[in-house]
Amino acid sequence: MTAVMAHSVTDPAERKKRLISSESDWTFNLIERYNEEIHRIATEVYGLDCYPVQLEIISSEQMMDAYASVGMPIGYNHWSFGKQFLTTEKNYKRGAMNLAYEIVINSNPCIAYLMEENTLTMQALVIAHAAYGHNSFFKGNYLFKTWTDAEAIIDYLIFAKHYVRECEEKYGEETVELVIDSCHALMNFGVDHYKRRNTPLENEQFVQSDRERILQHHIDDLWRRLSVADDTEQQSDTERIPQEPQENILYFLEKNAPLLEPWQREIVRIVRKIAQYFYAQKQTQVMNEGWACFWHYTILNHMYDEGLINESSMLEFLQSHTNVVFQPSYDSDFYSGISPYALGYNMMMDIKRICDAPTAEDRRWFPDIAGSNWRETLDFAMRNFKDESFIAQFLSPKLMRDFHLFAILDDDAENTMEISAIHDDDGYQNLRRKLSTQYDLSYAVPNLQVYEIDHRGDRTLTLRHYQDLRRPLSDNTDEVLKHLYRLWGFKVQIETVDEDDSTSITYRCPTGSEEDK
Amino acid sequence: MPMIVDRRLDGRNKSAVNRQRLMRRYRVQIKKAVSEAVSKRSITDTDSGERINIPAKDVSEPVIHHGPAGRRETVHPGNKEFNTGDRIKRPPKKKAGGKSGAGQAADSGQGEDDFEFVISKEEYLDILFEELALPNLVKTKLARQAADNVVRAGFSSTGVPVNLNLPRTMRRAKGRKIAAIGAFAKRKQKLQEELDDEQANEPVDLDKVAELREAITRLTTKIETVPFIDTYDLKFNQFVRRPKPVTQAVMFCVMDVSGSMTEPIKEIAKRFFMLLYMFLARSYDKTDVVFIRHHTSAKEVDEEEFFTSRETGGTIVSSALKLTREIIDERFPIDDWNIYVAQASDGDNWEADSSVCSALLIEHIMPHLQYYAYVEIHDHDHQLLWTEYEKVKTRFDTFAMKQISGPDEIFPVFHELFKRRET
Repeated sequence: MTAVMAHSVTDPAERKKRLISSESDWTFNLIERYNEEIHRIATEVYGLDCYPVQLEIISSEQMMDAYASVGMPIGYNHWSFGKQFLTTEKNYKRGAMNLAYEIVINSNPCIAYLMEENTLTMQALVIAHAAYGHNSFFKGNYLFKTWTDAEAIIDYLIFAKHYVRECEEKYGEETVELVIDSCHALMNFGVDHYKRRNTPLENEQFVQSDRERILQHHIDDLWRRLSVADDTEQQSDTERIPQEPQENILYFLEKNAPLLEPWQREIVRIVRKIAQYFYAQKQTQVMNEGWACFWHYTILNHMYDEGLINESSMLEFLQSHTNVVFQPSYDSDFYSGISPYALGYNMMMDIKRICDAPTAEDRRWFPDIAGSNWRETLDFAMRNFKDESFIAQFLSPKLMRDFHLFAILDDDAENTMEISAIHDDDGYQNLRRKLSTQYDLSYAVPNLQVYEIDHRGDRTLTLRHYQDLRRPLSDNTDEVLKHLYRLWGFKVQIETVDEDDSTSITYRCPTGSEEDK
Repeated sequence: MPMIVDRRLDGRNKSAVNRQRLMRRYRVQIKKAVSEAVSKRSITDTDSGERINIPAKDVSEPVIHHGPAGRRETVHPGNKEFNTGDRIKRPPKKKAGGKSGAGQAADSGQGEDDFEFVISKEEYLDILFEELALPNLVKTKLARQAADNVVRAGFSSTGVPVNLNLPRTMRRAKGRKIAAIGAFAKRKQKLQEELDDEQANEPVDLDKVAELREAITRLTTKIETVPFIDTYDLKFNQFVRRPKPVTQAVMFCVMDVSGSMTEPIKEIAKRFFMLLYMFLARSYDKTDVVFIRHHTSAKEVDEEEFFTSRETGGTIVSSALKLTREIIDERFPIDDWNIYVAQASDGDNWEADSSVCSALLIEHIMPHLQYYAYVEIHDHDHQLLWTEYEKVKTRFDTFAMKQISGPDEIFPVFHELFKRRET
């Protein structure tokens, strides 16, 4: 913080003059003043590039509502959000959960919620964290740039909500609910991982009706082609549909499921779009939270140095901050995995340290960034990485030591688990790679793809599960398959390809016995 | 410039719709949880909401992820004692945040705990009594208007002389008189003074005196024509008749505790009584419960004894009915109480007694009751008591009888007994 310290105001009289407020209660004017200062510091002093900010003051119930709808400011109605709400409410009432932390919407303008119960200092923290930290991350990170439409998301959500409601009116709540249930079950397999389809979200309601017509046409075509007469059979024998395995199961269903009504296709599409919207967030949790924490910390310290906030605010802030970035160790009762806040924040701080004051070890490990301009380096990191690659690139031996990281190898073929790496010279590379893998969604989510439809026979849909590290699919795969069956309308099955490339059918729906009924 | 929007006044219950949907979706489970809760509660505990547990597997939203087998590697913080190559035992499963696969557990979100939430008292009772209403409640209310209360209802300007409100009437009369007479009286007084002056003067101007006297007489006549009491002054106390609210109910639980009543049967009976109680407690301000148990003779007991102690011996149902009648006469005047009787039995009765029972019911008990519910808990053929009760049933709408054979039939039976009746 050397650059900042230079501006530090120490003269008590001067500090008194500059202090915005010593109150702990917020008012609209004070929030505005704070926001102006934070905006100035974030953009002018540190050069963050942000969407315009919209701060919304909400009550704690509204915050719980926002939690329940997984942060979507407008969500279609579904029982699962009610479940989410009740869980949140229970935890909040028990005091097990603090709601103070932010919800911020990746939209333009960027909407950040401030809860009315918060003190002025907490509001400052949330503004810095969410309205400038997350905001600039949304605007700068390549995943968000590629996969999300900050401009159009709110309109799209409104469209989705209305569309679902219209469907409910036309076809009945429960009918619609079934479709949404099935889509939710497959939501993890409703995203494109590699290439983005060129379909902006804008003006959804205008094109939606056209789409219904065109899509139905496409499907009629597909199935007409599938039932062609004998003379072309030989040709179609060799042709597999789809020609290439497809990873986006929901997309495949939307385009090809033979029995779906147009409105059902549209719902599949809505769920898929929303899944895609959140996909970028899933892949950048550590970076995104780390970035936001780094900036709230830096900005509030800067405010303190300029004399805009006083010691007591600073103490209050530091206490919250420390709680947020706390990492319990594996044997603690509070442990529930590595906290993205803790890891992300410490990595960001560590990068800054490597830039400002590199050790010999840092120079060996990070020759490119050691001694560079920390602002530029952090900005580069924020823009061009996701959790997996960010860790692979920037996790330093020092941080591994600080966190006392170690890896456990649990192989069900062995009786005991093995400590496969710890934070020592031999372990650093290894550990870093393992941690990086842990954040790789393609490692965390089973590799399941649409492989084939039996277009000559009974239209069975076959998914292929490419097994990795002998990990089987989870117990509730059967349940998910029932949902898939509901959407596809004909038999569905999963074929597992194990590491020796031998294949076997592992799941079927309906199962033989159900078929008899 | 950044916008600050105050959203606090926007709808708070954005999630209410979703919560309702959850409740609708899990209606069956919630109902089951409510029914189970009934058996754990005391018969008179109807004031609290209920914690609903739904098995996690029912509310779970299935998602495919990696199952717990295979070869997996996870990184954790806080190493203290481990060195590369150490071998450690697998921690017992289910330990939250345990070492094995904590990373997986976190993203799969697969908790073992039941999904639990609290429904309010109202929701609890609503679910319990869904679609039910007190039988004949409306009818009863109408019928009860015979037992009216007369209550004061202010004043009116018409009425019978006996209700005349004297102070008010007089006050009004006085006011009216002051208003009507005032001006005349003042003039009269002035003339009187002039007259007095005139008469004091020497010589007396007789013409003037006569003139004044005449004017005074005229005024006096005018004053006297103002009536002492006008119909306009009359005020009467007004009374209206209000139907006397009978807001209390008494419920007689009558149960056979002879040797043939086994524990499971009693358990079923308990639930039946409990449900009835809750139903009544919801409809009346105050609900008393009288427990009568009987074998060959009947006895009033407390709840504890009612459900727990056992007796052996034969069964004479009429003994309990007689006691019920006596207690009604003694303690629950029918003008003040809504009386319900619920009887549970295994259908056994001394043969000769059954006809006594039906006669007793028809003549002495049924006319005073709101409702009589009889359940027979067994799965064999009906005995004479049932046939006799059927006679009662043909005579009274308010008599209901039903046979159940297992705990799972309680609720449906209850439901049917008190099914909303067309009135």
